[in-house]
Amino acid sequence: MKEGWTVSMKSTLRQVDSVTVVDLSGRITLGEGCTQLRELIREQLGKGTKFVLLNLADVTYIDSSGIGELVSAFTTVSNQGGQLKLLNLTKKVHDLLQITKLYTVFDVHDDEAKAITSFEKAAGA
Amino acid sequence: MTTESNIVEMTLESDLNRVEVVEEVARRVSATAGFDEDDQHKIEMAVHESVINAIWHGNKNDPSKQVWLRFQIFDDRLEIRVRDQGSGFDPGGVANPLKEENLLNVSGRGIFLIRTFMDEYQVKKLEGQGTEVTLVKRLNSNNSGQ
Repeated sequence: MKEGWTVSMKSTLRQVDSVTVVDLSGRITLGEGCTQLRELIREQLGKGTKFVLLNLADVTYIDSSGIGELVSAFTTVSNQGGQLKLLNLTKKVHDLLQITKLYTVFDVHDDEAKAITSFEKAAGA
Repeated sequence: MTTESNIVEMTLESDLNRVEVVEEVARRVSATAGFDEDDQHKIEMAVHESVINAIWHGNKNDPSKQVWLRFQIFDDRLEIRVRDQGSGFDPGGVANPLKEENLLNVSGRGIFLIRTFMDEYQVKKLEGQGTEVTLVKRLNSNNSGQ
């Protein structure tokens, strides 16, 4: 971490069936927040994780770089044969994804159990 | 930071950690100007993106270079100027992020968001060195940002 930087984003990982649920909180902005998210995704793919559900319920702020990082995570996971979905968007994040026309690119859920099931269906389980 | 009754000026180092302070100032000035919470957030985001551009693309993250901001409240609008000390950037050179082929681009949404959230956005190359952007949000504007 660069000296003097505050920790802007926190993440907690949970395994639910075959899905890695990542509870994110704080700010996903240019700098530390984006870097943390990028490293987290890289680390999970390195461990063989295929299904990632990003829970954004407690994300307080996201900027254009943060949106870009979500896109990057989505394409990185997809290119590895996996799936990345979003859960519990706040109104602000929801509006930003609408404005940037990304709402339809991502598979967005507001019910965790249904989101988990959607991965299993897609995997043919 | 200096303040008059309707003007707030501040100068900050090219340090991303300083951006949160600017967001707070943007929120307070917007509230003072009479914008509702929704517009306050839009102005805050537009200022955030402008300052990020000034630090990252303008000043190239050089801590010896500074970013200057001026918020001025008028009867009918809020005008914000953000000035960097870099070699300038071309906002017209950014691909339209809404085009199908650009949707999955990682970058290129900052200026789009500023233009969406504000009523006016102008970029001026300064004599010598630096770029100044001017953001205007009108009170009672119909710009919903969506």
